[in-house]
Amino acid sequence: MSNQFWMIWPGNAVASALILFAIAMPFLYAARKLVHNLLHSVGYMIGGPLRLGARWLFATARDMNERNKVVLLAHGREEVGQHIEREFERIGALVTRDLEGYPALQRKLLEEITRVEEDYKKSGEVPPPPPDWVEAVGAIAKVKSDGNEMVQRILEEIKRSVHTIHDKALADYRRAYESRHKILNGFMPFWRSLDKTFGQVDKKLTGLHDTSSKIDAQMEKYEQINKKTDKAEHALTVSAFTQFAISLLVLLIAVGGALVNFKLIALPFSEMVGAGDYLTNTLRASDVAALVIIFLETTMGLFVMETLRITHLFPIIANTSERMRRRVFLVAVVFLFIFAGIEAGLALMRDMLSADKQALVQSLASGRQAAPPDPLLRLIPTTAQMVLGFVLPFALAFVAIPLESFIYSLRTVGGAAVVMLVRVLGFVLRILGNLVRQLCRVLIAAYDVTIVLPLLIERVVKAARSEGSEVESRPVKRAA
Amino acid sequence: MVKRLFLASLLGLSASTCADQRSHTQAVYMLIDTSGTYAAEVGKAQRIINYLLGTLQSGDSLAVARVKSRSFSEKDIIAKVTFDSRPSQANAQKRAFRDKIDAFVKTVGGSAYTDITGGLIQGAMFLNETGAGTKTILIFSDMQEELDKVTVRQFPINLKDIRVVALNVVKLKTDNIDPRRYMGRLEAWQKRVEAAGASEWRIINDIERLDAVLKS
Repeated sequence: MSNQFWMIWPGNAVASALILFAIAMPFLYAARKLVHNLLHSVGYMIGGPLRLGARWLFATARDMNERNKVVLLAHGREEVGQHIEREFERIGALVTRDLEGYPALQRKLLEEITRVEEDYKKSGEVPPPPPDWVEAVGAIAKVKSDGNEMVQRILEEIKRSVHTIHDKALADYRRAYESRHKILNGFMPFWRSLDKTFGQVDKKLTGLHDTSSKIDAQMEKYEQINKKTDKAEHALTVSAFTQFAISLLVLLIAVGGALVNFKLIALPFSEMVGAGDYLTNTLRASDVAALVIIFLETTMGLFVMETLRITHLFPIIANTSERMRRRVFLVAVVFLFIFAGIEAGLALMRDMLSADKQALVQSLASGRQAAPPDPLLRLIPTTAQMVLGFVLPFALAFVAIPLESFIYSLRTVGGAAVVMLVRVLGFVLRILGNLVRQLCRVLIAAYDVTIVLPLLIERVVKAARSEGSEVESRPVKRAA
Repeated sequence: MVKRLFLASLLGLSASTCADQRSHTQAVYMLIDTSGTYAAEVGKAQRIINYLLGTLQSGDSLAVARVKSRSFSEKDIIAKVTFDSRPSQANAQKRAFRDKIDAFVKTVGGSAYTDITGGLIQGAMFLNETGAGTKTILIFSDMQEELDKVTVRQFPINLKDIRVVALNVVKLKTDNIDPRRYMGRLEAWQKRVEAAGASEWRIINDIERLDAVLKS
């Protein structure tokens, strides 16, 4: 019954509603302007701040983007600068190593060239020409014998002498050419040596050229970063995303290694710390102690990498003197060795505890003492666990490298993600703002639809009035 | 940098001071009925004890007591132990406990009456003394209480926050004639235990299901 209090026509909701609507219509018409104003105000009141918020978020996103760009370029500049520095160091080392011996190489080359020249000269020495008497013999040969026995004998004597001399001269020539051939043959090692030396020089110069090409490429990159070009920014962003993905993957693998490490030392730690203390509902104190040891190992590894200048996470370490750096390095390495030794011991202890527990459970289940397992079978897993316990801290030390990449790339990736988030938020606010304003317009139109009857009457009355006023004004105009 | 390190160490310190003060240990008190023909079931009880020894961890407590004519006495506790926090020591304690139980099983003899209530009161006292987070009384019995005329047990008992598990509740000859007796007996015990403030009442005849109870 209480639900029907509004019914003017009891039992007929539609008729009651229509009557009520008819009664309300003049009031609604009267309040039309007020309601329109109210809806406009509500639209502006809600939509305005939303649009303002959206604009502010877009502006913030722009600022953040600019800031990200500055940081990205600064980091890229630093990275490329370091790269160039390292390439220069490499060139310096190359020049010091190779060109340091260049004077000796040059001296050697000159000596070899001089010897070759001397030998060449020697090989150019020809035997003396035949003596002048050859012409005399030629002249005698033209003498006509005419059967004169004496002349015949003289000529034969001359012929014999000439043959002897000819043979001797020929032998001299042959000997001379043989010696020149020997000299020329002696050239070969010098030529080979020269060839080898020149080969070395060529190789070194090619290496130098390659390194300088790399420097050129890096310098170009550096220039582009300095010019703050979009290309450089895009390249650096892509590089950061790639680095992020790779370092994340490696870190996940490292986390797997840390978990294995944790499994190795958690049980023996309960022997030292006690297994009954809990820090939270499920976190045991012994587990936390084991985790702390793993974190300490990782930290020591981080210090080792820092002091070796492989990573640059702590400027304080990088800026310390060489002596201090070496000391920190030694301390960190010593700690790592100690931790590795402790872990190997704990791994052995874990194996012993597991074996003891297994034997107990077996004896409880079967009611008699279990036979001891084959010593060889026990030795293999024990040794493997010990080796793993010793090696894992050193392996974890290398986490510092992907960690550094992860941290640096996280700045870029996180920055880009935040900018994206802010933009999305801004977009949503803008959509909401527009939606509210449009909704108010729709409500205004809907309001007018509900009072369409008075509005029609108003239009008719207005039209009649305007017609009346036109009729009244016409004679005046004509008169005018 | 130094400031950050300082903050991190403060955080670590606060974490250590906020250590969970609740007890995470378990305490189990097992009552073994040695009255009449049920004494023959003691072999099964031994298996359950062995299972408990294999399941309970460092810091947990275990006591095994016998139910006989009057069981509200420390003398009825066959063996009790709180396992050392070091796993190696705990294993040694478990071996010693098992040896005691083995010796008891070999010498166990039947009693004329069955004072389960006395055993429950004794068990509750032991469990409350341990201060364990989870307290359980295992009753290895047919749940047929028989008291002599002098022994008084008809009064409310306190088993607050203790769960009570009846194990291997075998059916008696009379139960076979009229199963309502068996049901009625168990119902009566449930009412009594719940009225005593026990957190849970369970009956487990299949020992394999004990695992789920102890892990919960």
